[in-house]
Amino acid sequence: MENWKKEEFDYYETIDVHQKGEELGLSDERMIEMYRTMLKIRFFEEMADKLYALGKVHGTMHLSAGQEGVAVGTGFAVKRSDFMLNHHRGHGHFIASGADLGKMMAEFLGKDTGYCRGRGGSMHIADVTANNLGANGIVGGSLQLAAGVGIAIKHRKTDQLVLTLFGDGAANEGIFHESLNMARIWNLPVLYLCENNQYGMSANVNRVSAKTPFRDRAAAYDIPYILADGNDVLGMYEHTKKAVESIRSGNGPYFIEASTYRYFGHSKSDRNLYRTKDEIEYWKTVKDPIDRMEGLLLKADILTVEAVKQIHEETVQEIDAAVKFAEEAPEPDAKDVMEWVYA
Amino acid sequence: MPEITYREAIRDAMVTEMRRDDTVFLMGEDIGTYGGAFGVSAGMLDEFGPERILETPISELAIVGAATGAAMVGMKPIAELMFMDFILLALEPLMNQAAKARYMFGGKATVPMVIRMAGGSGTGAAAQHSQSLENILMTIPGIKVVAPSNPHDAKGLLISAIRDPNPVCFIEHKLLYKVKGEVPEDEYTIPLGSAEVKREGTDLTVVTSGIMVSKTMRVAEKLAAEGISIEVIDPRTLRPLDTATINASVKKTGKLLVVHEATKIGGWAGEVFAAVSESDAFDYLDAPMRRLAGKDCPIPYNRLLEAAAVPQEADIETEIRAIISNAY
Repeated sequence: MENWKKEEFDYYETIDVHQKGEELGLSDERMIEMYRTMLKIRFFEEMADKLYALGKVHGTMHLSAGQEGVAVGTGFAVKRSDFMLNHHRGHGHFIASGADLGKMMAEFLGKDTGYCRGRGGSMHIADVTANNLGANGIVGGSLQLAAGVGIAIKHRKTDQLVLTLFGDGAANEGIFHESLNMARIWNLPVLYLCENNQYGMSANVNRVSAKTPFRDRAAAYDIPYILADGNDVLGMYEHTKKAVESIRSGNGPYFIEASTYRYFGHSKSDRNLYRTKDEIEYWKTVKDPIDRMEGLLLKADILTVEAVKQIHEETVQEIDAAVKFAEEAPEPDAKDVMEWVYA
Repeated sequence: MPEITYREAIRDAMVTEMRRDDTVFLMGEDIGTYGGAFGVSAGMLDEFGPERILETPISELAIVGAATGAAMVGMKPIAELMFMDFILLALEPLMNQAAKARYMFGGKATVPMVIRMAGGSGTGAAAQHSQSLENILMTIPGIKVVAPSNPHDAKGLLISAIRDPNPVCFIEHKLLYKVKGEVPEDEYTIPLGSAEVKREGTDLTVVTSGIMVSKTMRVAEKLAAEGISIEVIDPRTLRPLDTATINASVKKTGKLLVVHEATKIGGWAGEVFAAVSESDAFDYLDAPMRRLAGKDCPIPYNRLLEAAAVPQEADIETEIRAIISNAY
C-alpha cells in the first residue's frame, strides 16, 4: 500500500492544471465550480448523515462520500438535455446535474415539497421533467431502462444520450448483458458508467466477479471501454467527454469503468466488518477526490487558501438553507396516499 | 360488418394506432419477417420498417425494461412476449419499475406501454407455455390487466390500452387467435375497467373471461332451451375490475359462479367474491358463491390431462346445474 501511496502522490505532482484545463476546454471558473460541486455533495451527505442520526431522515440511505469525482467529472461532461438513469447511491450525480438541494433534502425528510412529494425518499430521487429519470432501488434498475431511452432518442433523431449509472454489483446482474447487447445491436446512444466502488454491499468486486476490471465484458459486446480513476475529477471529465463525443458522432454505446471508493458503509446498517480501517484510511488520505482537486487548484494559484475557506463557508450556508427549507416544509397529507398509482 | 379473426383484430388495432401516432412502436421476438410466433404482426414490417417493428434478441427482461424506459420518455411501446409464461423473466421491470415509476417519483412520470402476451392452455405446449398468469399480474398496484374474449373486444380494448397512460398487460388467449367475429373497420375504443353483460339472464350470474366466455355462452344457450336463464358477464379488464356491473347482476340473479382458466388458489374469483361480500349485493345471495378454476397443478402435456386441468363446457354445465338446484 505504501508504494501505491507514493505513486499516487507522484502522479499528482506531475499534473499542471493550467495546461490540463486548456486541453479540456475548462476555464479556471469551471474548475473551481467542479471543486465547489464536489464539496457541496460531501457536505450535503454529511448533513444527511447527521439528520439521520437525529432521527429526522426515515428509513435508510446510501451515501456516496468519496465518489464525488465520478459524479462531478461525468456530470460536467454531459448536457442537461441528456437523460440520466441513476443508481441507489446517486445523490452526488443529482447534485452534479444541478438538482435543487432544498427539494432533495425535503425528499430525504419525506416532505411534500420534495422531488417526489415524499413518496420516494433518498433512494428514488427523480426529476423526470429535467431528464433525471430517477435513482433506482433495484441493483441494475438503470440498466433495465437504458436501451428504451436510447430507442426513444434514436427515434426522435436528437443528439441526446442516456447516462446510465450503475455499480460494480450491477455488473453481475443478468440485465447487464441483455442491456449491453441491445445497445450494441441497435447502436444506441447509451453511456454506461460503472461506478466501481469495490464493494457490492459487503462483497468485494474481485471476489464476486469472474474477471476484473470489466474490460472484457465491454469487449464481449464490442463496446469501447475506458478504465478511469474515479477519484480524479479532471480525468473523469476527460474520459466522459471522449465517450460523449463518440456517442454523439453516432458510434453507439460506450463503457466507462470508474474506480472509486465509498467512505460510509453500504447503508445505515453497515458496521464495516468486511474491510479494514487501513483500507478506508488509504482512500481518504491518499485518493480523496476533493483534497486532490483542492491541492491542484492551490498549487496552480487558481484558488487561494482564503478562497477555499470562503467556498467552504458558502457551501455550508447553502446546505443549511436546504435543511431549513426541508424542515419548514409541510408533510404530505395522509389522505393523498392513493394519488398517482395510476395516471 | 366484416368478419375477421382475433389475431387480425389485434393487428388492426396496432396498425391503426401506429398510423395515427408516430410514437407507437412494436417490439418483440420474431415479430418481423416471421410475423410473430402466432402471426399477429404478419405484414407489419413491410408497412412500418424495422425501427418501428423492432425485432429483439431473446431477452425478455430487457424487452420489458426497454419498453418501460422508452415509455418514461414519451414513446408508446407495445412489447410482444411470445408466451405469457415468459413474463416471469420480466416481472422485475414490470412490477418494480413500470408499475411504480409514477407513484415513486411523485406523480411526474408516466409509463404508457402495453405488454401483449399469449396465454392459456389447449395447444399441447405443456407446463411452461400454457399458463394463465393473470392472478399474479393483477396484484400489483399501477398495472392494468386486460383480457379480451373475442375479436371485437380485442380491437377496441387494445386501442384503449395503447392510448392509456399506464402500463397495461394485454392477455391474448392462444385458442382465440383463429376465432372470427364481426369487427368494425373504423377505429373505436372500449374503455378499460368496463365489463360487458354478454348475455342477460335471471337465474344465475356467471363472471368469466378469455376463452371461458365462449365456453360459458354455449352452455348458457343449451340451458336456455330448458328454461334456465343465465347471465354472463365478461369483465374484459381484470384490473381495474368493474365490480359495479357484477354486483348489479348478483342483485338480480342471487347466484354467482366465477369461471377462470387461471389456477384456483389466489385466483381472481376470490376478488369477485370479496367485492360481492363487501357490497349490499351479498344480501341478495340465495346460494353460496362458487368458482370453477384451473386446477392447482402445472398444465400437463397429454391431451386428456391437459383438458382435465382447466374448466371445460361439461364442467361449467354441471356446476351451473348444481347451483341452480341448490345442491350447495
